[in-house]
Amino acid sequence: MSAVPSMKLPRWVELGMLPVINLAAALVVSGLVVRWIGESPWAALKLMTDGAFGSQEAIGYTLYYATNFIFTGLAVAVAYHAGLFNIGAEGQAYIGGLGTGLVGLWLGHWPFWAVLPAAVAAGAVFGAAWAFIPAWLQARRGSHIVITTIMFNFIASALMTYLVVNVLIKPGQQSPETREFAAGASMPGMHAMLGKIGVPFTATPLNLAFFLALGLAALVWVFLWRTRWGYAVRVAGLNPAAAVYAGISPARVTVGAMLLSGALAGLLGLNELMGSQHRILLDFPGGAGFVGIAVALMGRNHPLGILAAAVLFGALAQGGSQLSFDMPRVNRDMVVVIQGLVILFCGALENVFRKPLEAVFNFGSRLAARGKTDR
Amino acid sequence: MNLPDSAAPPALELRGIDKRFGTVHANRGVSLSIARGTIHGLIGENGAGKSTLMNIVYGFQPADSGEIRVQGIPRVFGSPQDAIAAGIGMVHQHFMLVENFTVLENIVLGVEGRRLIAPGLARARSALAALARDYGLEVPLDALVSTLPVGLQQRVEILKALYRGAEILILDEPTAVLVPQEVEQLFRMLGRLAGQGKTVILVTHKLKEIMAVTSRVTVMRQGAVVAEVATRETTPRDLAEKMVGRAVLLRVEKTPATAGAELLAVRDLEVVDAFGVARVKGVSFSLHAGEIVGVAGVAGNGQSELLEALAGIRVPRRGEIRVAAAGGSPAGSDPRARRRLGLAHVPEDRLRMGVVAAFSAEHNAILGYHTLPEYNRGVLLDGDAVRGACERKMAGYDVRPANPRLPVSAFSGGNQQKLVMAREIESDPRVLLVGQPTRGVDIGAIEFIHRQLVGLRDAGKAVLLVSVELDEIIGLSDRILVMAGGEIIGELSPQEATEEKLGLMMAGVREMAEGGSRNPEGR
Amino acid sequence: MNFRHLGRTWLIMLAATAATFAKEFQPAIVYDFGGKFDRSFNQSASEGAAKFSKETGIAFREFEITNAAQREQIMAQLAKRGSDIIVAIGFTQASAVEKVAKQFPAVKFTVVDAVVDLPNVQSINFREQESSYLCGMAAALATRTGKIGFVGGMDIPLIRKFALGYVEGARHVKPGIEVIQNMTGTTPAAWADSTRGAELAKSQFGRGVDVVFHAAGATGLGVMQAATDAGLLSIGCDSNQDYLHPGSVLTSALKRVDVAVYKAFQNARNGTWKAGRLELGLAEDGVDYSYDEFNRRILTPAMKQRLDEAKAEIVGGKIKVSEYQAE
Repeated sequence: MSAVPSMKLPRWVELGMLPVINLAAALVVSGLVVRWIGESPWAALKLMTDGAFGSQEAIGYTLYYATNFIFTGLAVAVAYHAGLFNIGAEGQAYIGGLGTGLVGLWLGHWPFWAVLPAAVAAGAVFGAAWAFIPAWLQARRGSHIVITTIMFNFIASALMTYLVVNVLIKPGQQSPETREFAAGASMPGMHAMLGKIGVPFTATPLNLAFFLALGLAALVWVFLWRTRWGYAVRVAGLNPAAAVYAGISPARVTVGAMLLSGALAGLLGLNELMGSQHRILLDFPGGAGFVGIAVALMGRNHPLGILAAAVLFGALAQGGSQLSFDMPRVNRDMVVVIQGLVILFCGALENVFRKPLEAVFNFGSRLAARGKTDR
Repeated sequence: MNLPDSAAPPALELRGIDKRFGTVHANRGVSLSIARGTIHGLIGENGAGKSTLMNIVYGFQPADSGEIRVQGIPRVFGSPQDAIAAGIGMVHQHFMLVENFTVLENIVLGVEGRRLIAPGLARARSALAALARDYGLEVPLDALVSTLPVGLQQRVEILKALYRGAEILILDEPTAVLVPQEVEQLFRMLGRLAGQGKTVILVTHKLKEIMAVTSRVTVMRQGAVVAEVATRETTPRDLAEKMVGRAVLLRVEKTPATAGAELLAVRDLEVVDAFGVARVKGVSFSLHAGEIVGVAGVAGNGQSELLEALAGIRVPRRGEIRVAAAGGSPAGSDPRARRRLGLAHVPEDRLRMGVVAAFSAEHNAILGYHTLPEYNRGVLLDGDAVRGACERKMAGYDVRPANPRLPVSAFSGGNQQKLVMAREIESDPRVLLVGQPTRGVDIGAIEFIHRQLVGLRDAGKAVLLVSVELDEIIGLSDRILVMAGGEIIGELSPQEATEEKLGLMMAGVREMAEGGSRNPEGR
Repeated sequence: MNFRHLGRTWLIMLAATAATFAKEFQPAIVYDFGGKFDRSFNQSASEGAAKFSKETGIAFREFEITNAAQREQIMAQLAKRGSDIIVAIGFTQASAVEKVAKQFPAVKFTVVDAVVDLPNVQSINFREQESSYLCGMAAALATRTGKIGFVGGMDIPLIRKFALGYVEGARHVKPGIEVIQNMTGTTPAAWADSTRGAELAKSQFGRGVDVVFHAAGATGLGVMQAATDAGLLSIGCDSNQDYLHPGSVLTSALKRVDVAVYKAFQNARNGTWKAGRLELGLAEDGVDYSYDEFNRRILTPAMKQRLDEAKAEIVGGKIKVSEYQAE
């Protein structure tokens, strides 16, 4: 593995202790905010952790949200390794979901084992296609991918609204959503799968897509660190001049990595539409594409880190929802503040605690060195 | 030169300076005493601790322990401002000038005085006139810095330091960017400064410069001072041995070339930069088996672009590049195609292009060759093959530490370069393009790298050597092409090439070419 | 789907909770994305709930949705924790209500702005086209330029329903009147972008519009502000918004979500709550136009007379307002 952070800290501190300290700091500040509005921080923390992990239902929902974030987090990370900041995972997930949804609508009467590959392929192809245009513009025309992917989020949103409101809507209803998929296009729920092997589990939207996401995380790791294509992607991302020198075309890497990124984001529909909503509705990615950026950032663009960060953000979504359910004064905007604090401390401010920690560890190693020379 | 006044305290005295970075012991109890009005040399290999020491003296970072005395007074520097206030000035290797400001504006930058700039500028103008008169440092004060040649820009840096009241002037590798004539001017100027009582510390790795201008020299190795001697009592060989810690060969041993068939032919090549400006203008030459052809020139005169065009990195606007192996047909235009034709390339700027600093050594050792079947097993990279190949290269080229998993950023410049050389030479090329093979490389490694290049030549390969180090060009080349302003303005044999001749040609004086043995081919 | 086993567990739990809290009536309300402080639709609903709570002293649970999956989860949780009636605000809740209502047949559900046909679900819909029709008439009567404007929120069938009624009402007064229509956007953000609302209104003013009607949630606040700044007229939506800019808001298309919520709670408590579809129009006082001390000076008696006549004709069936049909 070569997630190469600064080499000044031991690995376990870099990858274990530092994130925990950052998270703790975020929680302390959140606690002050909760305190300020007149609720007990401890009670709030307990509600949140219980709400996220305290029951089968809680775990189910946490991992269900996490599944979305794994897809989009991996998508952002793959682009990042190619030196590209893909802000467009939201739009790619939206359009990719359209592909998955159309398979659900049209082929839902097929048996599930036949629908699944079609739905995966359609989600990936639609998502990749949506990422292709910004990628091509970047590679051939130098249009900055950050700008174009943001714009494509809006275009995706407009296109989907048009399609759902005017074309795909189930006739004779107000709500802009399609009819329900037929049974074949429904992802087996975790409760159903576990039920088959005799393990009781509460019914939650958690479904097979979670395992697909785990599998993809492993595949992304193999791709990036164990294949020549992943090698080329990382060379181009870390040192474009060296890539040109090595005969790796940055333009091709840009397009290839973005196609892969879009395909990963495009699979979100498997979880959200086939796993939970069973229809196409407006705005179903619900910001998961943007959370994916934070997840990739916190997970240091490494699949293992992304899994951990995705679960954390899933827990924040689910625990936060429970918090505002049981503590009405902590309304949903307060929950957003808490989530924002976590992103702030774990992402933007991560170096705040790095320096003191480095000082501590340097001091320690100097003491050790002195000890040796004295003897 | 004035003799140091033995009664006066030394201009700069360091006592037991110690500095660690984590586990790296960068300075080990360094003590140093530099007399007022002298030019003092500080030499050592990369990583010997010279830069750390000078950064401490200039207030960039604090020492862990030890004492700094300036003119006999103990000082503690929290920042460069403190050092400047104590009369220390520094001229960095990379100039710290604002290109689109005038010389005057650059000099007063940061010491303008009041809020309104006009009175400060007027005061500075008269003060600078006096400085220029005293030290022979004439510079056009109202010219934009970007329009000045490098030598004059350096002079601006020196003036800037003097204007801030520097009594002690530190110059970090000042000659790296200069042509020989400019170097001579610089040294004359330094002599005059010392003559008037200023103290100069010259940080360099070029032994010849030490011998030419300094009165005393301090040699550092592995963070410690290993020798401090009067320059006239030592020799370059002696200094080199002290730097490296063992005997070294300064001169490359080689037999006369036996040039064979033409392997690379370049005809009327024109290369433009990103702005459409021609950098290489109608260059033609050929390269034969069994010879090393050196390309001399001041940095920025088209050598880099020439090298990149040959390697397939830049697409030429005009002209033809033929590699013999391809049956005389024009070569494929991208780097991968060139590699397949047996053209290997050691790039000029190793860190920018030759390696991926964050990657491990083993992954850097396949850069450009990562698609070869020998490194792949199906869709996966063959980890064992990659590691094995890297271990063999590390052993063969004495890359230390011999750990393929270490990131390349953890290796010294010399070891990085040996890894790159190993990668390119072991790919068994017919033609090797080499840019600045010894830039930032220790003396010990330089010797090794030079031997590899000669060995490759002796094995019947062709080597194109681009370097700004004239010693290297003269010592290694069988023929020397001189580039100036994007053109090849002459060809010399190493026997007839002297520094003066090369210097004049590099400055663009074409007549010298007439004295050469023959004109470049294709003209 | 293996809900049967779970359904059974829940029924047991439900019975247990019902036994524990048999005495206490527990109402709950779930707002949509807009949130309960949108000064419009959701806020109106929350006012109805607050009124009920104030009059009866009974506390109610409430929740603001932030993502699609939450709807089902929260409603199921409310049901599990013993809520007697759950009012879901907004058409986007329909599918969640449908699912959860099936799982909890003993719990009453009221969904506003959508139709869910289940034995324990009451679907309340408003004939927004009727109040829009009156607002269109008011605009046509008040305009001096002969051009009136419409700013919708997100481009969805509901908002097109508003627009259609508005245009019909205006044409009823002045057959050749020009109506300039804009939708704010295609994402839910279109409900909360008052800056964009003001921009759209200003561009309509630039083209000669002097009365603008918004059906755009919080975005409409910008529309009304722009009209006030330009010295022109606006028409509010959902809640009575006349007070926001007295003398500049011509009238408001009222949609009495507050009444609907209040009645749902009250009826559920009294045992008079009934499942099924409920359509509220002018006749049922479910929609109306506003007339109060804030717009009395600009909505002249002559105008008011025309509007009241038309209102009576709509109630009496003499005027048929067409309804937008999503294909």
